[in-house]
Amino acid sequence: MDTQNLSPNAPIVVTADVRKRFGTLEVLKGINVKVPQGEVLCIIGPSGSGKSTFLRCINQLERIDAGAIWVGGELVGFRREGDNLYELDDVQIARQRRSIGMVFQRFNLFPHLTVTQNVTEGPIQVLGEKPAEAQERAHALLEQVGLSDKRNAYPAHLSGGQQQRVAIARALAMRPQLLLFDEPTSALDPELVGEVLNVMRDLAQSGMTMIVVTHELGFAREVSHRVAFMDQGQLVEIGDSRSVLADPQQARTREFISAVHK
Amino acid sequence: MTDTVYQVSHLTLVPRRHYGRMIGAAFVCAALAAIVHAFAVGQIEWNYVAEFLTVPAIMSGLVNTVVMALLAMVLGIVLGVIFAIMRLSHNPVLSVTALGYVWLFRAIPALLQLLLWFNLALVFPTISIPGIFSVPTVAVMTPFVAALLGLGIQQGAFTAEVVRAGLLSVDQGQYEAAQTIGMTRLKMLRRIIMPQAMRVIVPPVGNEFIGMVKLTSLASVIQYAEILHSAQNIYYANSRVIELLIVASIWYLLVVTILSLIQGRVEKYYSKGVASPANAK
Ligand SMILES: Nc1ncnc2c1ncn2[C@@H]1O[C@H](COP(=O)(O)OP(=O)(O)O)[C@@H](O)[C@H]1O
Ligand SMILES: [Mg+2]
Repeated sequence: MDTQNLSPNAPIVVTADVRKRFGTLEVLKGINVKVPQGEVLCIIGPSGSGKSTFLRCINQLERIDAGAIWVGGELVGFRREGDNLYELDDVQIARQRRSIGMVFQRFNLFPHLTVTQNVTEGPIQVLGEKPAEAQERAHALLEQVGLSDKRNAYPAHLSGGQQQRVAIARALAMRPQLLLFDEPTSALDPELVGEVLNVMRDLAQSGMTMIVVTHELGFAREVSHRVAFMDQGQLVEIGDSRSVLADPQQARTREFISAVHK
Repeated sequence: MTDTVYQVSHLTLVPRRHYGRMIGAAFVCAALAAIVHAFAVGQIEWNYVAEFLTVPAIMSGLVNTVVMALLAMVLGIVLGVIFAIMRLSHNPVLSVTALGYVWLFRAIPALLQLLLWFNLALVFPTISIPGIFSVPTVAVMTPFVAALLGLGIQQGAFTAEVVRAGLLSVDQGQYEAAQTIGMTRLKMLRRIIMPQAMRVIVPPVGNEFIGMVKLTSLASVIQYAEILHSAQNIYYANSRVIELLIVASIWYLLVVTILSLIQGRVEKYYSKGVASPANAK
């Protein structure tokens, strides 16, 4: 393990020249980014530019082809000994994923479990928490996302906005050091977008480190610290959220932002 | 404005007569009555049926049938789950092996497989691990063991396909959500994927369980003392062929009816969380 990055001020996420290809299609062409503790980074960009793939590489739903990723100072997916990188096994990868929460566009709640069970499943089964404690915490988290009255409902009986808020509570229950959001409001009816963004705004204010792929430029402007524009597998531009959105330096960024605003 | 045509309150509604249905129903009733009458006056001594229904030989045959069906089904489900997971593995050796298993044991008739297992001694006179143990095959391959292997292994081939379809029916997002909360592969299958796959798996496996109860009758051919074998032994002695076959039929009917009821319960259990008006609160 690379111990020199374990200092408390180390960034939560560091990616160094991350590359990913699907067959002959190069989807990520060398991504370099550092996300410090407590930062909210929004990634914007056209569909197919590699945003989802980048998030999925961070929590190892995809395996990177080159480069390296550190989360919380720990090299992701590999163990370093000298100049050799040894691939981690299933159990070790699962352990690394515990501290990285992910919220999906399509919620992906467990349909056979109630709302509370969705939230306690990870803490009980993975972290080994006592059921009573996990349940108590789940209730607190559900209150935090405004769903105390839906504790015993099954996901199929919730609206999209409610399901997404349960998904956020489920991710928080693992006490993650990092939350990844992949277009969390894109599958929602317009009137339900606000309730999810409000929960995310509260999280950001509480100091959670978040990487958010989104098309909600208003949210990016108001809530995130930095905005990155991704196009064709490259981070074209990254910087302070207001300046990137108001005064993009790159022509491609300008085109994209004006197209979204139309 | 006295438009009497539009005054309807004094009219009477006469329902349509379904003459076709009535004629059809009359035919069916007549046919049923004829069948019942034929059996009532036919050469069947119903008092023998009643007498032999619960004799010890029949009862022990019934127990053997139920035990064999249960054990063969358990073996079939265990093998089915293992080979279904192997089939979906990224390791080509595992997946091709699973494919071969399904191909082989699904193709050969169950009766033939029973005979092959029972006669295994002709191929391998002894079963041994050199230096550790060695036993004659005939001592191991009793009718019970041969029937269990024959029925269970061929059932596994069918169940593997059912389980595979069940696993494939679960949305890819479920696998990813389970992984992102840090579940290992086995825990994900056990806690998240299998419970959802069960909704697809239970109905066909329930049907196959019922099929298995009846398939155990094949084991009578290799001298396993299940209920048909017991019934045959009795009628070889007393020549009450039809009466004893009816006795066996009654027990099959009863066992299958009970299984159908259990199947309904299990299906309901695994439909938890599926959106339907009945489940809504
Ligand atoms: N599993 C996969 N297999 C093959 N191609 C993929 C796969 N996942 C994504 N891609 C391709 O990679 C590119 C980037 O996809 P993605 O990361 O989903 O983009 P975005 O999230 O920015 O819309 C797209 O061209 C997409 O078709
Ligand atoms: Mg995407």
